[in-house]
Amino acid sequence: MLSHSDLSAIWLTAQLASTVTAVLLVIGTPIAWWLAHTHSWWRRPVAAIIAMPLVLPPTVMGFYLLLFMAPQGWLGQLTQSLGMGSLVFTFWGLVVGSVIYSLPFVVQPLYNALLALGERPLEVAATLGAGPWDRFVSVVLPMAQSGFITAAALGFAHTVGEFGVVLMIGGNIPEETRVISVLLYDHVEALDYARAHWLSGGLVVFSFLLLLMLYGLQKTPSASRAH
Amino acid sequence: MFSWLPCALLLLWASPSTSAQAEPIHVAVAANFTQTLAALVERFEQQHDHQVVMSSGSSGKLYAQIQHGAPFDIFLSADTEKPAALERSGLTQPGARFTYALGALALWAPKLTAIDDGPALLETGGITRLALANPRLAPYGTAAADVLEHFKLTDITRERWVLGENIAQTYQFIASGAADAGFVALAQLRNGPAEIYGAVWHVPSSLHRPIAQQAVLLRPAADKEGALAFWEFLQSEQARSIIARHGYTVAP
Repeated sequence: MLSHSDLSAIWLTAQLASTVTAVLLVIGTPIAWWLAHTHSWWRRPVAAIIAMPLVLPPTVMGFYLLLFMAPQGWLGQLTQSLGMGSLVFTFWGLVVGSVIYSLPFVVQPLYNALLALGERPLEVAATLGAGPWDRFVSVVLPMAQSGFITAAALGFAHTVGEFGVVLMIGGNIPEETRVISVLLYDHVEALDYARAHWLSGGLVVFSFLLLLMLYGLQKTPSASRAH
Repeated sequence: MFSWLPCALLLLWASPSTSAQAEPIHVAVAANFTQTLAALVERFEQQHDHQVVMSSGSSGKLYAQIQHGAPFDIFLSADTEKPAALERSGLTQPGARFTYALGALALWAPKLTAIDDGPALLETGGITRLALANPRLAPYGTAAADVLEHFKLTDITRERWVLGENIAQTYQFIASGAADAGFVALAQLRNGPAEIYGAVWHVPSSLHRPIAQQAVLLRPAADKEGALAFWEFLQSEQARSIIARHGYTVAP
């Protein structure tokens, strides 16, 4: 069954995925908004950069994050000068790595939802005297709701399933960076297949339920046509 | 999604050249020994008309693959347990198991110029991150844990540990500067890229359990002339001197 270290890894993973999802929604929304509305020449290069983690092998990204976040790397220098210390081998280092790695999974659904929303409802709301924040809360959020839910669920799920980046910058420290995927890998490498089966079985069930819920929330094409 | 594509292209490209020769010899090798094996293979191929195909990985992964029918002829593990387990499962040629190398452990601190006293450095030397291979997975990690235990430093240093999943990743942690110091294989420093910078403490082998690396001749090698020739070669005086030159001790 699940041991103490398994449970602590599960708890740590839940903390990591929630934090990353919150950060991703906060920074992903303005990025998606900008991408959906700008006519700037920069739109394509920025979209391409955000999508890069879809293509790059996670271990390669993890390797460069390790170099950048190390005390003498530029990111490490920056965080040290800000008094945060070096982020490598810490929980917040994993947050930074996961945010970069999962960004396209959050920006893409938000972008699609905001694009589908169009300018019209906002123009109407503005004419009726709604301020920017009011327009966002009472028009954008409700109308693009399914986009936000999809983005949050995908960001969360992708962080839970992430392995290459956390392996490279985590250092396998209990209750700090030893998340489920790393511990699962440990069990397999140590030939402790019984514990690996428990943990991976749980992960399979969890991800199935999460994705099932996600697809359950989305309107089916026929339902949305027949209004 | 198209991860098979390079492999397929490689096969297409490689098959005409190999078909003319004898069947290639498939060797599975633990990550720490890859470079040494490459040197051994180079020498072997100069003398024989056989081609050796190497697959490098962690011993645990390779072991699992062999258990499930991977077509390797020879397995060079980083430990003794996995070859022994394969022998018990009847997947090896009977009696064909030997220790090909004894690993040596080194404490490496790239930012220092010299290490006068290894234990003192570990205790008070201002090391904020100490890298070692995961003792649960890697023999070099078990050995490093033995050394720390020997000096009663396990509890004092544990908070500063960062664990590599194998000795190659541990090396990476230190080489990138992310960890200040750590335990690596002497062979890695010997064969590392460019000159070794910083300070190295050669850990006396009496301080830890021997890091015995064993090889087994596997089932698919039966009647394969090339595989048997390479197996012989691995035990030859020539091979032993190459292995010794790469930073390993060779069992007498």
